[in-house]
This record gives sequence, structure tokens and C-alpha cells, in this order.
Amino acid sequence: MKASYVIIGAGISGCSIAYNLAKKGVKDIVVVEKDYLTAGATGRCGAGVRQQWGTEMNCRLAKASIDFFSVAKDELGYAGDIEFKQEGYLIVAVNEEEDQQFAKNVILQNSLGIPSRKITKEEAKEIVPHLNTDVILSATFCPTDGHLNPFTMTDAYYQAAKRLGVTFLFREEVKNIVVNDDKIDKVITTNHEIHTENVINAAGGYAKEIGDMVNINIPVFAERHEILVTEPIEKIQGPMVMSFGMNIYCQQVPHGSFLMGRSNPFEKPSHNIESSWQFLDEMAKTVCTLLPPIGNLRVIRQWAGSYNMSPDRQPIIGTTDLPGFYVACGFSGHGFMFAPMTGLLLTEIILGEPLTIDITDLHIDRFKSNQQITIEKSVV
Amino acid sequence: MNKKDIIICRCEDVTLEEIHQLLEQGYTNIEELKRLLRVGMGPCQGTTCMQLIQREVSKFLNIPIEEVKTQKVRPLTMGVKLNAIKEGASDES
Repeated sequence: MKASYVIIGAGISGCSIAYNLAKKGVKDIVVVEKDYLTAGATGRCGAGVRQQWGTEMNCRLAKASIDFFSVAKDELGYAGDIEFKQEGYLIVAVNEEEDQQFAKNVILQNSLGIPSRKITKEEAKEIVPHLNTDVILSATFCPTDGHLNPFTMTDAYYQAAKRLGVTFLFREEVKNIVVNDDKIDKVITTNHEIHTENVINAAGGYAKEIGDMVNINIPVFAERHEILVTEPIEKIQGPMVMSFGMNIYCQQVPHGSFLMGRSNPFEKPSHNIESSWQFLDEMAKTVCTLLPPIGNLRVIRQWAGSYNMSPDRQPIIGTTDLPGFYVACGFSGHGFMFAPMTGLLLTEIILGEPLTIDITDLHIDRFKSNQQITIEKSVV
Repeated sequence: MNKKDIIICRCEDVTLEEIHQLLEQGYTNIEELKRLLRVGMGPCQGTTCMQLIQREVSKFLNIPIEEVKTQKVRPLTMGVKLNAIKEGASDES
């Protein structure tokens, strides 16, 4: 078979890229997914969408993405419910360093039109009454941050892309990409040989392996992050509660259950996505300290997924040294919430159109030179 | 009996009609049905519904039921309160 573009990965990034390219009139797009829709990081993520970041680039990408999410149901003509809820993110500062850093973050965020504000711990308790304010100094709150259902949101992109003529190949794995004279010739999957000159790497946790197939070294690695969900109860918490210092994010989703996760600072790069009892122990201790009443809820299920980590915790989006080989990876745990911009901006780069947001700084070449990279610290 | 009135997943109130609608739209993988309908995501973790859903997929695709892959089984086996997990951890250390 033939394709104008082969997109590897049917997570939200791949589906958003497919939709945006097709919307601009590109024909014969094929998306190859080794498992099912959202099988990778998208379907395993914490489902939060926030604009409170520490770097200007992440703030811009996040704000524009949330603007899209707020109209996504209509824009994509989706019959289902994407469960978009805007009840904010409450990010608590647990030490002096965070308190000072958050004050700077809010100034940056406000300058970019993000309505976050620095608040006292008493004000934080008004927003989340079951918050243990003994363990925090202050907080920041942005009311337009929120939550989305990652499955239905991706399904919305998928269905819209299909209506625009995009072909999806599920349960097919890319085995090799053949390059002749610095030009892509074909993509070989478990079931097909797809002749194409263009490949877009949106393979999430496996982005590095895809790069290796064409000798493009992408400085990313997969890292397991674990998460759990409780039984559903009546609504008691509007915003996502997050702490970098205590290493926790916890929100009540519209369904009523609580989703919570934390990272393991000793986690080694790997494709392991098994669940561990150690996570369960640490998660229980952390959440019972910060949000004590949540301790009364039963854990229903735990699982894990891969962050695709980049050296500066910011995405890698754009062209590469191989003509026709594009990357959208290295999201470091935030590919879901940036997906609308990932799709739009990579499409603009591919088609040579003016960029809605200048993402020159997200090009892979930033890691080649010794130039200073800005590391995003606001990551759990 | 009307398909609308037949509950397949009791934890999440999912009906036979909703299962059939998604099968007809091409979502024939149990992991996809789970993510779009929440079947098997409730407190029983699919203990009740998964075999029923396997049977529906088997009928729809006209393949033997043993060829219909079930969802990935994840911990915990039963619901445990976070407080109990926290206290259990400190008892053992």
C-alpha cells in the first residue's frame, strides 16, 4: 500500500496530528498502531490538563490546548462526552523554595494570559476543604485548568480523522523503516509494506526505538509512572490537587472516583509498566497526609504507563536530519494535555505554514549544541 | 426483553444495547469497550461482566469465545482502604 504520511502511534498525539493534517486537505494518511486506540501513555494518563507551568513554552502550549479542549466537542463533531471539566488545579507549596518559585511562575503565567493566582493556605482550604494545611505553606490556583476523559477525547480525534479519510491500522507493529539515499522508501509493519516518503514518530514510550530505525538519535527514554483509582463517591473535590515537593497529584473525576499518582525518583529507564506494591504504600502515605479523608476510600485498581522523558522535560516537535522524518515525542508526562497544539503545530511545520506558536525552541537540534536548555521543574 | 433493560456491567450500569452499539461501530476489542463504556472498571473489576462481554464479542465476530481476549487483569484483587494500606505499611517497617 501507499501513503503520503505514515504516523506511528494512535495515542492522542498521533490522532491529533492525523486530524490536523487531514483537515488541511492532505490525503492518503495512514496511522499505524501496534495495539488498540489509546493503548500507550494516553490511555494510562492522569487525565489532568493544566496551564500552570514554569517555562514560557509549556505555558503557551498548554493555554492554547485548553482553549481548543473547551470547543473540541463541537470542532470535532463528537457525539460522545469528552467530560471536559474546568475546576482548576490547586498546586500546593510545601517549602520556601517552592513558595518563592511559585510566585515567579504566577507572574510568568499571568503575563501570558493564564489566570492563575498565588493564594494563602487558608484560601486553599476554602477551595478544597479536606486539605491538610499543616503540611503546606501556600498554594497557587488556576480556575481554568481541569480534566478531560483521555479515551473519549482521543476517540473524538480518531473519529474526526476517519471521517476526513485517514486510514488506521490497529494491532500492527512497525518493524522497520527503509531509507535509501537519505530518503524514506517504505515502512514495514507486521502486516504491510507501506510505501511513503514521510514518517511521523508519535510512538510515545517507544519513540527512541522508532528513531533508531532510521539512525536518528532521539535523546529520550521511557520511564514507568504508576497511578491508582478509588471507588466513586459523591463530589467533594473540584480541582486537581498537586504537590511537587510531596510528589503527588490527586483529583476526583466526574465519574466520582479519585485518580492519584506519584513518581518514583529511583525509577530506571525501561518499558516496564507493571504495577508495584511499593507504589501503593508510598501513595497511601502521601495522600493520607495531604488529603486525610481520602484515606477512607477503597483502591479499586492500579496500573502504570510510560513517560517519554526528554533532557529538559519539554517536548521535541519538528523536523529531523532525515528529510521526511518528523518527531512529536519527549512529552515527559504531558503529551495528553498538549495534544491539540502538537497536531496543529506539527502540521504547520510539515506544510510550511506560519506557526500559530513559535516552537523553534522545541526542535531536536537544541540538544546538539552546548546551548543552555531551560529545564521544566513543574513536573510530577 | 429490551436490550436497553439488560444490564451487562452492574458496577457501571452498562446495558447490552450500549455494548452492541459500539460493536457495530467497529470497537470489537475488549480493551476498547472497557475504555469507552467503563465495563469492568468498577469495584468487581470485570468479575461479573467480562464473560458476558466475551460472549457478545464472540457472537458478533463469529469466532470461538476462547479467541476473544479479556482485559488485562490488574491489582488489587479486592478494594482496600488507603488508610489500611498506609497502616499496613507502617506495621511492617
